[in-house]
Formats: sequence, C-alpha cells, structure tokens
Amino acid sequence: MSEKVIKIKRGLNINLVGSAEKVLTKSAASATYALVPDEFIGVVPKMLVKEGESVLIGTPLFFDKAHPEVLFTSPVAGTLKEVVRGEKRKILAVVVEVSGEQNSADFQKLGAEATKEQIKEQLLKAGYWPMLIQRPFGIIANAEDTPRDIFVSAFDSAPLGVDLNFILQDEVENINAGIEALKKLTSGDVHFTHSSDVTAGAFAKVSGAKIHKIEGVHPAGNVGVQIEAVKPIAKDEKVWTVDVVHLSMIGRLMRTGKADFSRTIAVAGACVKKPRYIKTIAGALVSSVCGDGINTSASKTGNVRYINGNPLSGRKIEADGYLGFYNNLLCVIPEGDYYEFAGWAMPRFKKFSTSRSYFSWLTPKRKFNIDTNLNGGERAFVANGIYEQVMPMNIYPVYLIKAVMAGDIDKMEQLGIYEVVEEDLALCEFICPSKIEWQSILRQGITKMIKEL
Amino acid sequence: MKGLRNFVSKMKPTFSPGGKLSWLHSTFDAFETFLFVPNTTTAKGSHIRDAIDLKRTMSVVIMALMPALLFGMFNIGYQNSLALGLERTLLENWWYGFVEMLPLIIVSYGVGLGIEFIFAQIRHHEVNEGFLVSGMLIPLIMPIDVPLWMVAVATAFAVIIGKEVFGGTGMNIFNPALLARAFIFFAYPKAISGNTIWVSGLGAAEQTGTVVDGFSGATPLSIAPELMGEGVNTIDWSSMPVWDWFVGLIPGSIGETSVIAILLGAIILIFTRVASFKIMFATFAGGYLMGLLFNLIGANIYMEMPAYYHLLLGGFAFGAVFMATDPVTGSQTSKGKWIYGFIIGALAVAIRVLNPGYPEGMMLAILFMNAMVPLIDHYVVAGNIKARMKRSKVK
Repeated sequence: MSEKVIKIKRGLNINLVGSAEKVLTKSAASATYALVPDEFIGVVPKMLVKEGESVLIGTPLFFDKAHPEVLFTSPVAGTLKEVVRGEKRKILAVVVEVSGEQNSADFQKLGAEATKEQIKEQLLKAGYWPMLIQRPFGIIANAEDTPRDIFVSAFDSAPLGVDLNFILQDEVENINAGIEALKKLTSGDVHFTHSSDVTAGAFAKVSGAKIHKIEGVHPAGNVGVQIEAVKPIAKDEKVWTVDVVHLSMIGRLMRTGKADFSRTIAVAGACVKKPRYIKTIAGALVSSVCGDGINTSASKTGNVRYINGNPLSGRKIEADGYLGFYNNLLCVIPEGDYYEFAGWAMPRFKKFSTSRSYFSWLTPKRKFNIDTNLNGGERAFVANGIYEQVMPMNIYPVYLIKAVMAGDIDKMEQLGIYEVVEEDLALCEFICPSKIEWQSILRQGITKMIKEL
Repeated sequence: MKGLRNFVSKMKPTFSPGGKLSWLHSTFDAFETFLFVPNTTTAKGSHIRDAIDLKRTMSVVIMALMPALLFGMFNIGYQNSLALGLERTLLENWWYGFVEMLPLIIVSYGVGLGIEFIFAQIRHHEVNEGFLVSGMLIPLIMPIDVPLWMVAVATAFAVIIGKEVFGGTGMNIFNPALLARAFIFFAYPKAISGNTIWVSGLGAAEQTGTVVDGFSGATPLSIAPELMGEGVNTIDWSSMPVWDWFVGLIPGSIGETSVIAILLGAIILIFTRVASFKIMFATFAGGYLMGLLFNLIGANIYMEMPAYYHLLLGGFAFGAVFMATDPVTGSQTSKGKWIYGFIIGALAVAIRVLNPGYPEGMMLAILFMNAMVPLIDHYVVAGNIKARMKRSKVK
C-alpha cells in the first residue's frame, strides 16, 4: 500500500442541488431494455439476433464490425423486440422485451487458477469486454493488446457525484475477484484509487491491487488525472481503465459463472423529487427509475433534461430513453430554454460562476440549481490563464484544443492528446466564456488521430 | 419585459436568413443578445455552463476603466482652467471635460463598431464584444485636442488592419487600441507631439495670447529631454510635484495621467481575475528595475531620475494595467506572462531614456512585445512538450 496521498489542487467542485441521499430502493419494472450502440465510441454494430428471437442474459445481440470478437449482449432474458434504425439504417437502439425467468447464458466459474486466455474469452463472450476502455483515446480495449497497467477510479468527484463506496458496500468480494482476473490481463498492475476519506466499507477491504489515495477537487476522481499522477502514459504505451462498478460486475461474472447486469445507480439532480440510489439493470427504461416523479417546478420553463452520467460529460437522453451502459448516475436538471433580459449585465445572485464578476464566490457552500442555458454565444478564444486553473494535468489545454482545431496531428500528439478524454477537459468547457465546445472538439481530434495511425 | 421580448421575437423572422432584412442579421443578433441572453441551450459536452460570457468579461473591463475615464474628464477641464486662468468648480471642470471628451468616444465607437458589424455580417458571425473595450481605450490614450477625423481614421485602421484581416477578435496579434495610437503617432506625428496638444484649448489660446504666464502644457516626461536639449547637466529631482503625478493633475493623454484611478481599475481587474496580475506586476517590476539600472549608470540627468518616477509618468501605468494585459495579444502561458511583462516594463523605460525623441516608450514596448508573444509562448510550451517526449523514451 502506498501511503502517499495524491493531492489535486487545480480544479473545481460544483455544488449542485439534488445530490442523491444515501437511501437504496428497488426500481420499478422496466418492460423493455436496450443497448444503444452510440454509447460505444467507434463501434459499428452488426446484428446477430433477429427480431422475435428469444435471448438470455448474456446472449450476444450484435458485434463490432471492426472487431468481431467484441460482443454486446443482452442485459435481460426475453425476446428481441425491435432494432430501431435511423437515417441510412443506422442502428439507434437494440430493444429487448423482458419475459420469463431471468436466466443467464452459461459461462464458467473462473477462480485464481484461471488463465489469461480463459478470462479474456469469458469477458468477450459475456459482453463484458466493452467495460475495458483503452487510454489513449477512450475507446473499447483491443483484445490483442496487453496493457501496461489497468487503472480503476473508485472516486466520483463530478457534480452530483455518486458515493461509490456506498453503492458497492456489499461487493468487496466481487471487486477483489475482478482485480484478480484483470491482473492476468496486464503486464503491470491493477491500480485502484479511492478518496483519502475512505476509511471503512468495501473500499477499505480491497486487496490485490496497488491502492492509491487521492484528495482534492474535481477532477480528482477522473481516472485520467489519476493515471498521470501515478504513472503517466508515454507515447507508445497503452493502459486500460475500468469503472469500479464494472470491476465488481466482472468479479461477479467470474465467481458465479453467470452474466448479471444489475447494478445500483444514483438518480439525482434538481428536477428529481427524491434523489436517491436505485437498484436496477443497465439498459432499463429511464421511466423505471424515475418513479418518484420529476419536479418540473425547478425549471423555469418546466422543461427538463435527462442525462446519462454527470452534468459535465454525460449523454443527453429523452424521457423515454434507456439507462447507459457506463453510467452510475442518471440526472435530471432544468432546461435553460428561456430568454433573460440583459442577463449579462445583472447581478445574477443565483447563478454560479467561477468568475468574480458574479457573486457565487461569496457563498462557497451554497448549492446551485444550474440549468442548460449556454449563458452566452460562441466566440473565438479570448480569455486565457483561467483554463489552467481547472486542469490539474500537466497539459496546456488551450494549446491542445487549438492544435485539434487546426488539425495538426503532430502538435496534438506533442501536447498530450494521448492522455486525455472528454471528461478531462469538461471543466474547461464549463468555465469557457467563449462557449467553445471543448469536449466534442477533442473527440474530433481523437477520431482523427485514430484514423491516421 | 415580456412586451419587449414579444416585439423582438416578432421582428426576428425579418432579419433571419430568408427574411427581407437578412443582410442585417448579425446586427440584429448583436442587439437582440445585448437585450436578452439567448435561450440557446447546450447540445452536448458539458450540459451546464458557467454564467460568465464575453459580454460580462468586457463589461468588467469597462467598469475598471471608469475611474480613469471620469478622472480624465475632470482633468481636461482642470488643465484647461489652469491654462486659461479660469475659476471653475470641480463639477464645472468635469462637465467641460465631459463635453470635450464625448465626441471622441462617439467617433471611436461609431467607426469601430460600424466596421465590426459589417465584418460580422460578411463572415456570418455573431458580433464579438472585443471592441467594446477597444472603443473605450482608444479615446483614453489620445491627447484631448486630437482632430476627430484622425481618431476616425486611426480607429478604422486599427480595426481593419489590426484585427479583421487576422480574423477578428481573438485572432489579432497587436493590441488594436495601441495600434490606433501608433497609427496617429507615425502618420501624423505633429498631431501627437509638442506641448500644446495635451491641454484642451491650449493651441488656440496660444494664438490669441490668452494663456496664463508660465503655463507650458508640457508633460513631466519632457522635463529631462528639454533640459538636456538646453545643455543642463544638473537637476534636483526631489523638487518634483510627485504627488500631483500620482493623482494625475498633469497634462497628458486623457486616461493615462492618474495613477490612482488606474490602480482602482487594476484592483477591479485583478479581483475579478479578468486581467493577469502576473503581467501587471512583472511590467511594473521590469520598469522599476530598468530605472534602477539607469540610476547606476547615471550618464545624464534622465538616467538620474528616480526609478519609480517612470512608473507614474506617461502611459506606463495605463499600459501595464489595461494594454499589456490584453488576453488576446498578451502571453498565454504562466511563465510567459512574467517574461512578457518584465520586458515590456524594461523596454518602455529604456526607450524613454535612451531615445528621448520617443516619449511614448510604453506604446512601442507593448506593440513590440505583442509581436514577440508567439515566440515566448512557443518556448514555454516547448518545455512541456520536451518533458512529455522524454517520457516516451524511458522504457
């Protein structure tokens, strides 16, 4: 155990109204479940099952055209109801209707004696492989690679952040089994980083991994920040990252030999009547976890936004959408689709800003209800020096993003595009007075890098 | 406000693409977003955003300029009353200055914003707020008796050649306001040198002979050069009215004389973190140390001038606080800001002392360093790149 605590000073905690109370309830039944291929970056889905066919938990629904070994499997047992297609027959969602007993397809119980190949095969077959994310680029790991290390962040520092130690309170054996399994896939270590606040619960009992403690402001919980602090990635290296909830699911698969996509998520945000933790299954209907109702009075126009993930880097979904594969949080926040008379000139006591030209610095403890209004129009870069204040990594964010805008591959590489994914620049986007779309620009750059390699 | 909003919403289709007046789209948009923060919501990426935008940022800078502007107006009247021996109250002096100053501001904004609107329309961009600050800076760094047409031409030059040809606000290399000043300095040198232009009405009064005896209108920066020109080798610097210099009751460019008013602005800028403390501090430090260095050399009376005088005189303080800190044309990196500011300060003093023909050392120093910024930042960022590349070789 390393005793040194990693301290993150540059960053920003955004206190939002409506963080989840530590109360656990079960979700209402969801009639259908879905996989949304767009969640998996770069994946071109090819269907394996036809509409009307029956599936078990862990039955492959589709695979990735470029990597046929990577399967995407059903989270529940039932029948394939519909393949929803959009323009050019693009697959938007693969919807499974629940029916009958919830049985898993057959997988093996794999213990300490299991080989690297057995573990790999099991993860691929059961549809767990997409849980392994490669850095650089934040894409699904390549099954042929052996990563230098595997990193797990057990700390969610984002606004409305999930208490991971709470949702995984009974999962310590699964986490440890997951670590044992992943250790066989890497030539290095499994690094498990949790908040220095953790003194009890599941995370205090984790073993088998290199444990790191971190403290400080968001993005301390971002795995990219932790990688840089522990052992930064060099140009030709690859590391993998796994969400800690996925880590426990991997352990569960190995211990039970059964696919099981059930998990606990937080449902939070200013527009959720009772923000709390809910036990559900990945891919469930959003409505099944919003049973206590939506508080539209928190929104000026009555419109709300559903987000899979946190408000800084999550994915916008519709009210009739499905829970995300990767997300431990569903948040519902007010839409900002209203005009504000001379807003930029007003005192705006209720608006949050890192700029002292507003007044939120007077009340650092206050919780804010931030809506989705852009609060301005898009402009060229003007401000400087502010972005570094929310960027703990040793990267010049503006130079990096300008290199992406200019399409300069060499510069992107030199300035550290290998080390970051969208969430690492999310705060730069949040504070940007020029309202530049940092995260989608970064993804364009990464996509370009992948194509060039 | 609902009625106004409904009215604007009703007008909108006329100005939108396809509408009758769609060629005024950017202009309409500028006015609409001035009145109302638009209802645009985030589409992807960060769903929530900080309340700050460029309109707010620029208004902070304008607020920070207010002390210098208000004092400048008063000083116009005050200097005028001194020159002509008039008895006026504080308010009368201010009012006189306000009336003299207003046309300058109107011309600067009118010409500059007009050009910005046209370019925004051609480019199908929204109008950038950058000129709101430049348009205020330009009159503040002019001598009060500068002809209005000259301000108009200089502003047009600064906006078109200084900014729009590079792609507009955010892309420019040189500080537009200083460019306007430099344009007049080089194109119409007579209009911006000599002793009569710094005081309102002094030129005209000299012709009619109504000037108070002994009033020269000279700025303190010309004391040493003039004495040296006359062959004087000794001067008692300690007898200077340093307090007046600090308060700003001296002839000079409108907004540049009062160090107190400028420091008030600096406090606003630093507190709101709109401008870089590092650049301001480094600039003052650079100027002061350069002044000390000249004190050590002490080859002439100008070099013997106490180092801190330099920081009080001419455009030094104004340049350090409002010009060098321009986020677009200043250094972008933390280390670079120290270097950039320091050299500006040192260079400004060096130009003043070594070439007394150019009292405007600050303007030239900042413009020169604007051009050097990419080089400075290149080397700072190269350090970061080098560290990263080293990592990949260690296996």
